[in-house]
Amino acid sequence: MRAIFSHRAIWPVLALALILIVDGIIAPSFFAIRIVEGRAFGNLIDILYRAVPTGIVALGMAVVIGTKGIDLSVGAIISICGAVIAWRIHAGDPHVVILLLALATGLLCGLWNGFLVAILDIQPIIATLILMVSGRGIGLMINLLYGGTDPSFESALLQGLSVGHIWLVPTRLVLAAGIFLGLWLLMRKTALGMFTEAVGGNAAAADLAGINSRLIKYSAYLISGFCAAAAGVILTADTHTSDPVSVGMYIELDAILAVVIGGGSLSGGRIYLGMTLLGTLVIQTLTTSILTSGLPPEYNLVVKAFVVLVVLLLQSNNARGLLFAVVGERKK
Amino acid sequence: MNEKYRPLIATIGVFIALFATGGMLYNNFLSTLVLGNLLTDSSYIIITSIGMTFVIISGGIDLSVGSMIGFVGVCMANLDAAGWHPLASAVLMLGFGTIFGMLQGLVIDFCEIQPFIVTLGGLFMLRGSCFMINLDAVPLRHPFVDEFANVAISLPGGGVISSSAMVMFVALFAAILIAHFTRFGTNVYAIGGDRTSAALMGVPMRKTTMGIYGLGGFYSALGGVIYALYTSSGYPLAGTGNELTAIAAVVLGGTLLTGGVGMVAGTLFGGMILGLIATLINFNGSLNGAWIMITSGVLLFIFIVLQRFLVGSLRMGSNSA
Repeated sequence: MRAIFSHRAIWPVLALALILIVDGIIAPSFFAIRIVEGRAFGNLIDILYRAVPTGIVALGMAVVIGTKGIDLSVGAIISICGAVIAWRIHAGDPHVVILLLALATGLLCGLWNGFLVAILDIQPIIATLILMVSGRGIGLMINLLYGGTDPSFESALLQGLSVGHIWLVPTRLVLAAGIFLGLWLLMRKTALGMFTEAVGGNAAAADLAGINSRLIKYSAYLISGFCAAAAGVILTADTHTSDPVSVGMYIELDAILAVVIGGGSLSGGRIYLGMTLLGTLVIQTLTTSILTSGLPPEYNLVVKAFVVLVVLLLQSNNARGLLFAVVGERKK
Repeated sequence: MNEKYRPLIATIGVFIALFATGGMLYNNFLSTLVLGNLLTDSSYIIITSIGMTFVIISGGIDLSVGSMIGFVGVCMANLDAAGWHPLASAVLMLGFGTIFGMLQGLVIDFCEIQPFIVTLGGLFMLRGSCFMINLDAVPLRHPFVDEFANVAISLPGGGVISSSAMVMFVALFAAILIAHFTRFGTNVYAIGGDRTSAALMGVPMRKTTMGIYGLGGFYSALGGVIYALYTSSGYPLAGTGNELTAIAAVVLGGTLLTGGVGMVAGTLFGGMILGLIATLINFNGSLNGAWIMITSGVLLFIFIVLQRFLVGSLRMGSNSA
């Protein structure tokens, strides 16, 4: 029994199940999926659909956190990428090039973060804070490049990636699955994953074992920048405009939460990609459930904080010990 | 010269250099008027940053302070509408802030969860509570708000030290006493320097952790009170993102995020540097708000790199965070 309860997957899975059960009790139609005009509709689809940007960001975050780092700048990167997309569309570039440009922008931001963390040895939280503080300002400046005109745009390609669908499956789910698969192969089928966890566990020891810890850290921030850019493309295409001030607001916090709910420790050394996606789903299911349950949306943040706290408490050995002790007393 | 004063002197140097730059660029910049306004405008953020300084010196972080500012304001405004005197509601909110912070400290220590995550929960909880209370700005109508705003010490040259700035200085003085002349202060530095050693040396970890975050909660609540009196309203979105401003102020003030090194006095100048950037850009008039973000980021970058290389002897880059 204890072995089951101390498995890392159990608490997020239980949390997700519990939320869904409550949903089912409140509204049995919660799980209904309708097909209208060749597209699937329903709360479950909606949860997956909305979880995609945070999920992609969280995957990159999981790798960074695996190296004992953190990337606070992902929201700012999304903002910059959105501004770049709108700017180049107004400049009339081919949209495939723009997609590549946006991803390259993310990599460039990752290059900057990696430079600060891996080369200058600045603490990750403060190194990425720099871009977090200034990134949305950079986005605003890019919007001014074409004279402050309306930054909204239309792009069949980008919007196809964001809100389009292949048969019944939303395209963005396919994108997320692709990124997950790519990262999973990179982290589990090549030595990079092992090296990354080694660097996160103990960078000095990893160095002595012949791993270039700087290079590993650098690649983690590049991966995170790339993931943030992919999420930026989806979010920006979704709104048809570049809104540097509010796009992806607090997404870094949600992504970090997803990693932690998924069992990743901020002290590094572990990368759980699948569990991270599960963590994202817990957060998004909770948000969607609050919205559909009829509770005022103002309750969203408080309930979210509460659930997160409970999941974290259950993951903590001390708190669980206390809980078992109390329950044990009752049984006697 | 004592090594530990180097970051502080560097911070003061940057502040003076920025102020002198303003003086060269604009007439009437070098005046007590500008200085007084700067102190008034940044007092709430400096007060909040003082609490953050303790948290960061101990090697932790407190993300809940921005939401605390908003929450305190909303509560004060609603209590004001219910007929409370602002001072009474302020005392209540200071008590609330302290207890909330201590609870965060308890969870951090007892459950061994990273401060980042616990206080992130605090951020969501307090901001969400703001929205649950009301969604619009509520004015503070009690006459005390005006009386408070009118208390000021005149300076030669037309400037004033406002009541907000006075509260800030008292808070700063108290913080310096706590940090450097009490056993609790020594314990904070010890935990930040090396957690394990501190625990082995008999530093009461749970009590101290609760004290640190309690202090963080108290100072952010005080910042919220000052902000509410200063704007004479409670707005549920007030203080959004101020946790980052506070962290930036602390870092600019020469405190290392690795913990164990830093001075409360530096935070005063760190906060004033950030305020000065905004003042300079407002003086220019043709630059927009995006420049404030970018300049703050650039300055943060320069400062961190300077710290990294000039003050390298102070355990920087040990990469042990």
